[in-house]
Amino acid sequence: MTPSDRLYLKRRLVNGFNLVVSGLCAAFGLFWLIWILWTTFKTGLAAMKPGLFTQMTPPPGSDGGLANALFGSLVMSLAAIAIGTPIGIAAGTFLAEYARKSALGEAIRFVNDILLSAPSIVLGLFVYTLVVAQVGHFSGWAGALALALIVLPVVVRTTDEMLQLVPSQMREAALSLGVPQWKVTVQVLYRSALPGITTGVLLALARISGETAPLLFTALNNQYWSADLSQPMASVPVVIFQYAMSPYDSWHALAWAGAFVVTLFVLLLSILSRAILLRNKAHHD
Amino acid sequence: MAAQSPTLMTTTLAADERNARDARADGLFRKLVAAAAFFVLIALTGAALSMLWGGRDAFTTFGFKFLYSTDWDAVNLKFGALVPIYGTLVTALIAMLIAVPVSFGIALFLTEVAPGWLRGPVSAAIELLAGIPSIIYGMWGLFVFVPIMGEYVTPWLNDHLGQWPLLGPLFRGPPLGIGMLTAGIVLAIMVIPFISSVMREVFLTVPTRLKESAYALGSTTWEVVWDIVLPYTRSAVIGGIFLGLGRALGETMAVTFVLGNAHRLSASLLEPGNSIAATIANEFTEADSDLYRSSLIALGFLLFVVTFVVLAAAKLMLRRLSRQEGTK
Amino acid sequence: MIDVPSPVAVAPLPPATAAAKPVATGRPKMAARGLDFYYDGFHALKNVSLDIAEKRVTALIGPSGCGKSTLLRVFNRIYSIYPKLRATGEVLLDGENILDPKFPLNRLRSKVGMVFQKPVPFPMSIYDNIAYGIRHYEKLSKAEMDARVEQALVQGALWGEVKDKLKQSALGLSGGQQQRLCIARAIALRPEVILLDEPTSALDPIATGKIEQLISELKEHFTIAIVTHNMQQAARCSDYTAFMYLGELVEYGNTEMLFTKPAKKQTEDYITGRFG
Repeated sequence: MTPSDRLYLKRRLVNGFNLVVSGLCAAFGLFWLIWILWTTFKTGLAAMKPGLFTQMTPPPGSDGGLANALFGSLVMSLAAIAIGTPIGIAAGTFLAEYARKSALGEAIRFVNDILLSAPSIVLGLFVYTLVVAQVGHFSGWAGALALALIVLPVVVRTTDEMLQLVPSQMREAALSLGVPQWKVTVQVLYRSALPGITTGVLLALARISGETAPLLFTALNNQYWSADLSQPMASVPVVIFQYAMSPYDSWHALAWAGAFVVTLFVLLLSILSRAILLRNKAHHD
Repeated sequence: MAAQSPTLMTTTLAADERNARDARADGLFRKLVAAAAFFVLIALTGAALSMLWGGRDAFTTFGFKFLYSTDWDAVNLKFGALVPIYGTLVTALIAMLIAVPVSFGIALFLTEVAPGWLRGPVSAAIELLAGIPSIIYGMWGLFVFVPIMGEYVTPWLNDHLGQWPLLGPLFRGPPLGIGMLTAGIVLAIMVIPFISSVMREVFLTVPTRLKESAYALGSTTWEVVWDIVLPYTRSAVIGGIFLGLGRALGETMAVTFVLGNAHRLSASLLEPGNSIAATIANEFTEADSDLYRSSLIALGFLLFVVTFVVLAAAKLMLRRLSRQEGTK
Repeated sequence: MIDVPSPVAVAPLPPATAAAKPVATGRPKMAARGLDFYYDGFHALKNVSLDIAEKRVTALIGPSGCGKSTLLRVFNRIYSIYPKLRATGEVLLDGENILDPKFPLNRLRSKVGMVFQKPVPFPMSIYDNIAYGIRHYEKLSKAEMDARVEQALVQGALWGEVKDKLKQSALGLSGGQQQRLCIARAIALRPEVILLDEPTSALDPIATGKIEQLISELKEHFTIAIVTHNMQQAARCSDYTAFMYLGELVEYGNTEMLFTKPAKKQTEDYITGRFG
């Protein structure tokens, strides 16, 4: 064996070892995913019962469901989407159509990206000092506003990206018909960017439907059914937090059932949004 | 032509009027979307300022001592941020020590090693991990992972690593299962998908001809990744790591469940501790005095500043690669 | 001015190209006069003067970056949607300077239509693609609009292929059909001038042939300016040809003359493929 053969062998061994380790890393990542999902599904399914969707959250020791929490989550999430989406689309439009390469546009993009990854509990504190401390009490609106601040940067970013992907010739073709720019944007460009923007909104919905931290001191919680957004409102994640940290088994079971519902919802949303993107891609190719 | 000119005149006039109307509507639309974009700026500065304002009581009462005091006494109204700061940094550090190499391995596997048919499903699965709400991680951590840590891992660590000189005290502690090591591991699982997907994406930006020319010299896959891909993408890889770090520092629910909410500075990673986000989540609604609440908001401000710096650094690092690509 | 019989369409030509004077008559529909164009400091068009004869096809040829597309994009001010672009001089449409900011953009764009290199159907049905522009200018009844859409598609030589699927998405059409749709969309507004910016460069030879045939039919009703990098195409479809190089108009004249007896050495080098 010549020295160069030996070197070659050593290089190949190093290579083989590292590649095997990389496969193990992927297995490591999948291992946790499967474990967490398996636990959630198994324990959650065992705790599922019809009353979950009809009964209110119970006091310790008695039987109940999550009806008010599910309703509260739904209402606050939809309100957050309704607030965050139009502002997000408008801001994304400004970035893509009016400030594509300007310093101002870059600055707003930068801030938006920070907002996108900012700790959600910080947004909760922000809304607390801005709304709850001023109004004097917790409310569903405050919760929806905190969630809207999470929706906003997601929608801004996808709108910006999707509009930038629309070929500039599409704009030119529409403008060369003499149609004003705002009409071109709303009637042609949005239509073209629609699948992407929809995906962004769905992903934002998936994110906020499991968010707990920003709701803890904005919407707080409510043991009873309430459709009044100006009052404290229950939400599934906050109830999960409260019940899971408690010492009662019946509350634990409800927390698992809630966890199962939320996880299933989030997974379905992310699969749905992926499907929309894929279909759109296939359409364009 | 001349016979047509009256109608031509009217349509021309109508067109000019419409032109003015269109121009007005265009201006209005532009102002509207610009206002929305400024709202994004306002939201971030508003968040920073409102927390500075909300925390002013704590900052003026305790001054710089707030940063290094270990006090956390709701009865005597003495608050210091050192324990939560320490807990935040240590748990994030543990998370990064685990998540960075694993994420690199995953990205390597998904870009160079795995057969084509496997890449899509595996990367989709890893990204699903990123979509699971953090409260689920917290619950799973509390009910499934903590017992395992307490029953098997902690005793083993006590018996083995705990006996080491120097590092020993880090791994000696009661078999509770909760604590900074557990929180760090749960955080690592949470941030792996973020870091690995950034790494995977930036690895894919390396021009094929660059890799091919290295392969043509007889390099192995590992050598190509280590000597060509990694240096080429270095700044973006660091950006991705910082992005994960930003997440780990600010994550609330996953750590709140498994950290133990103890305001005590302890050398051991197996003792209960606290983090900034967990402290706020646990205590905010129970805070019964203005100074208490103000101290918690001040903690939030600190967290915001730290994550802002980390995320800004991440953004700048990530941007460097795209600029480098742009100049090619 | 309308009733004055027009002279031949070469008034501003430099003396050196006098040999290439067009023989066919045509009133100048559009004209550039001393036109300069700047991209963020870069001088892209240098003192260009050129006439576009009415109801004739004028081809703009030249190597990449010579300014031929830029010139075309000045003719309906589409460049003005981008910042930092600036045109000085005059571009006349029926004698009126369209570069004058007071000239209503709306009127300009309805008179001067444009078709681009890549076919870009709007993400809506075939019918709506045609109706979209019309709706901005005229309020028509359903029957009137149907008639207008049909007329435009017939003129665009697409009616036969799409008449049974007007409600389907335009994205499902082939590349060549999409480009004819874009032409039909532009002519649906009943413009007077149509600008074609390399309309066949993304198409296969058969689709290209159809578009070229369409161009020769359209010139009965419209004034056409076409940018092309394909010299055979210029020779086949156009009545007049302008050769541009480095932002300057080198030679302009009757297409047959320019291709058979170019007056300038640069033109000859380019059309014979000896270009450096």
